Amino acid sequence: MLGLGADRLRADMNRLLAFLFHQGVLDEQFLQLQQLQDESSPNFVSEVVNIYFHESEKLLRNLRGLVLEREFSDYKRMGIHLNQLIGSSSSIGAKRLTNICVAFRAASDQNNPTACLRALELLEHDYCYLKNKLHEFFQIEQQRVMAAGVRYPIQN
Amino acid sequence: MTIDRSFGEPNDQFPLGMRVLAVDDDPICLKLLETLLRKCQYHVTTTSQAIMALKLLRENKNNFDLVISDVHMPDMDGFKLLELVGLEMDLPVIMLSAYGDTKLVMKGISHGACDYLLKPVRIEELKNIWQHVVRRKKTDSKDQNNSDMPCRETEGGQAITVTGDSDQNGKLNRKKRDQKEDENEDQSTQKRTRVVWTVDLHRKFVAAVNQLGIDIKYCTFPDLSLRFEELLNVKKYRLYLKRISVVASHQANMIAASGGADSPYLQMGFLNGLGNVPSMVGSAQFQNADVRSLSSSGMLGRLNTPAGLGMRGLSSSGMVQLGHTDNLINPINNQNKFHEVILPGNQNGNIQGMPTPFEFDQLQHKNGVDHIGDLSSANNGSMVFPISSGLSDGNMNGNSSRNSFLSAPHNPVMLQGQPQGIKRDELCGNQSFVTVTSSNREYSSPLADFRRCIDSWPAVQASEIQSNSFTSSDCFEQDTRSYLMDRKSSIAMDTGNKSNNNSSIAVVPAGFPVLKTDLQSQAAPRQQSNAEQNMNHTQKQGWDENKPNPSHGPNLMCSFLNSMIPPHGVPDPFSQRLDLENTICHRNANGNNMIGQRNLVDSSTVQHNEVEQSAIGTTAKPKQGNLINQRKPQDGYSFDDVGSLEDLVTAMMKQVRLQT
Repeated sequence: MLGLGADRLRADMNRLLAFLFHQGVLDEQFLQLQQLQDESSPNFVSEVVNIYFHESEKLLRNLRGLVLEREFSDYKRMGIHLNQLIGSSSSIGAKRLTNICVAFRAASDQNNPTACLRALELLEHDYCYLKNKLHEFFQIEQQRVMAAGVRYPIQN
Repeated sequence: MTIDRSFGEPNDQFPLGMRVLAVDDDPICLKLLETLLRKCQYHVTTTSQAIMALKLLRENKNNFDLVISDVHMPDMDGFKLLELVGLEMDLPVIMLSAYGDTKLVMKGISHGACDYLLKPVRIEELKNIWQHVVRRKKTDSKDQNNSDMPCRETEGGQAITVTGDSDQNGKLNRKKRDQKEDENEDQSTQKRTRVVWTVDLHRKFVAAVNQLGIDIKYCTFPDLSLRFEELLNVKKYRLYLKRISVVASHQANMIAASGGADSPYLQMGFLNGLGNVPSMVGSAQFQNADVRSLSSSGMLGRLNTPAGLGMRGLSSSGMVQLGHTDNLINPINNQNKFHEVILPGNQNGNIQGMPTPFEFDQLQHKNGVDHIGDLSSANNGSMVFPISSGLSDGNMNGNSSRNSFLSAPHNPVMLQGQPQGIKRDELCGNQSFVTVTSSNREYSSPLADFRRCIDSWPAVQASEIQSNSFTSSDCFEQDTRSYLMDRKSSIAMDTGNKSNNNSSIAVVPAGFPVLKTDLQSQAAPRQQSNAEQNMNHTQKQGWDENKPNPSHGPNLMCSFLNSMIPPHGVPDPFSQRLDLENTICHRNANGNNMIGQRNLVDSSTVQHNEVEQSAIGTTAKPKQGNLINQRKPQDGYSFDDVGSLEDLVTAMMKQVRLQT
């Protein structure tokens, strides 16, 4: 029965992932992350994603500060932040965020404050969405691990 | 920072246990990189600071075999670190970045990077990085005798199945080098019967050429590449270069004497593609007769009397407003105008306008080059053939990432005539790809492919070029005058949309079925020209029955853009284009060339740009990404079937020569 619970939870996880893939929020890079998770690093994905959230929030705060500045002229710094955000977002497979960041970067390259602001809003919105979904994903994962671990060995 | 203390000496199980130093200020990427490298069974040391990395390396450079470093770091520029490591420790360095701009990649190469990877890094790419270590060792052992391009090895593009014995590999390389060292440095006589053109070869070639100050524009052809590769092997390229430099100066007077009106034709000649170029190239003297005489190819066949007339009409017409299509000859006129526009030194516009000539020029080989030289010189510095990376980049129609040097020969020509300096760097770095035949694998004849490439060019160019660069697309239409006439109305419609940036797409002549249609169809929603779209589609039907529609790529991009683009005016499409093209080039309609997620990252930049640009970008030029890390299987083709194509080109060149 517990095993069944684990299977059901795994199915939930997969369904959530499929949904996020379908929406274009995640891409196959996330799967690569999952493949790197094994017995030697059982929580690899959640660790990496948590680091990502931590760093991204810092970057987003900085970006917001830059965009809402009265003068709003520090595009260069914005570009630097965005580069990092693009790198990390694409590394974990957050496809939609990556794309928004790229658009944001292009807007910043053109010194377009309106577009930057809009991109920032879009970015923050999508970031929150992604964060919620991934939290949900990890919660199910945790439950699955517990359910599977009680009686059966952890099966990835 | 984590340090793997099991350094020791290089082990016998190489590449297993290779010691890598990874430097990246982004903790996520660093952690991911570390895990991936461990998965490849390398020994990994990581640090988030370049300064710490240098310290580790200086402590004992024998502790590491390879360094992977991010480009953008807060405490030190990645390129600077690259230089220092190269100078002090002479270790192979791989650059890593989320931003795959051609300029950056070129900078990495010129600073000595072995490779340039784009984030997100994939494990497949990391599995092959050990080859840089091997290569570096072999190169170092023979660096006294090595020429500029020591990388004639065939291992570049593919993972060599080495039995783990680096000596064996070294022997192979040494033998090859010995063979090559026998050859004349100028490579005027190639003893090797085959050249396997690999990514590394290409990269080194690019580096060497850039050192010489010659920009390289190259095209990649999926299937045709074989033949073009044959045509464009290094020996021929060098000969071609020589010819160009000689001929260009010689022909300059001719061009000047015959008047500026000839230049457009020269351009047109190039645009016309392989078959057409010879006929068009040279001067206004090429009339229908010439064209007809050269109609040995499918493309040439298209040059019929009306086309010839069109040419004449062009020569006689004076300044023609770009983008204004009052008649069939419009494209030609535009070309004329383009020519004139170029003269004032509208570098940017010009650059973007003429990627195709290079391609054709290549085909034409020497002959074409001559004309190009004329053209450029006649243009007084106009960058007629600046197959700037920008344009050609956008030209990719899902082309393979192979690099051919079709456009290369043009470089010297262009440089001659353009004292202002080709701002290719500005455009898109030095690596522009004019993909002649991206998705045109079905084409039976290479010439047809060229034609299609030409077709695609205008589309690409149109996107980039603002008001000035209409001619580029128009120029390409030259060769397809026959269908230009059919499409004049569409062209008129296209050119009518000059008011906004979208118009750049609209300007794309409808005569270019595949690409244009894609662009049109994608740009249609924004341009609200359904009739145009319909027309294009209709035309496309008749024109390219065989051609697969590489539209899914562009469509995807376009739709994404539509949904994502924050509205904003685009005051400077040029820079946009650069960005767009750089990213788009990664975006292969077929998704073949593009390296995994790079497409995502790069194509996303398209979003920001206007739809048309993105649409045009769908023609995706193989960008530096391709250059650096292209699909290995594509890289190793050999010149084994020069055959008919070359004969044809030679024949045409002879003909043209006779007439000049």
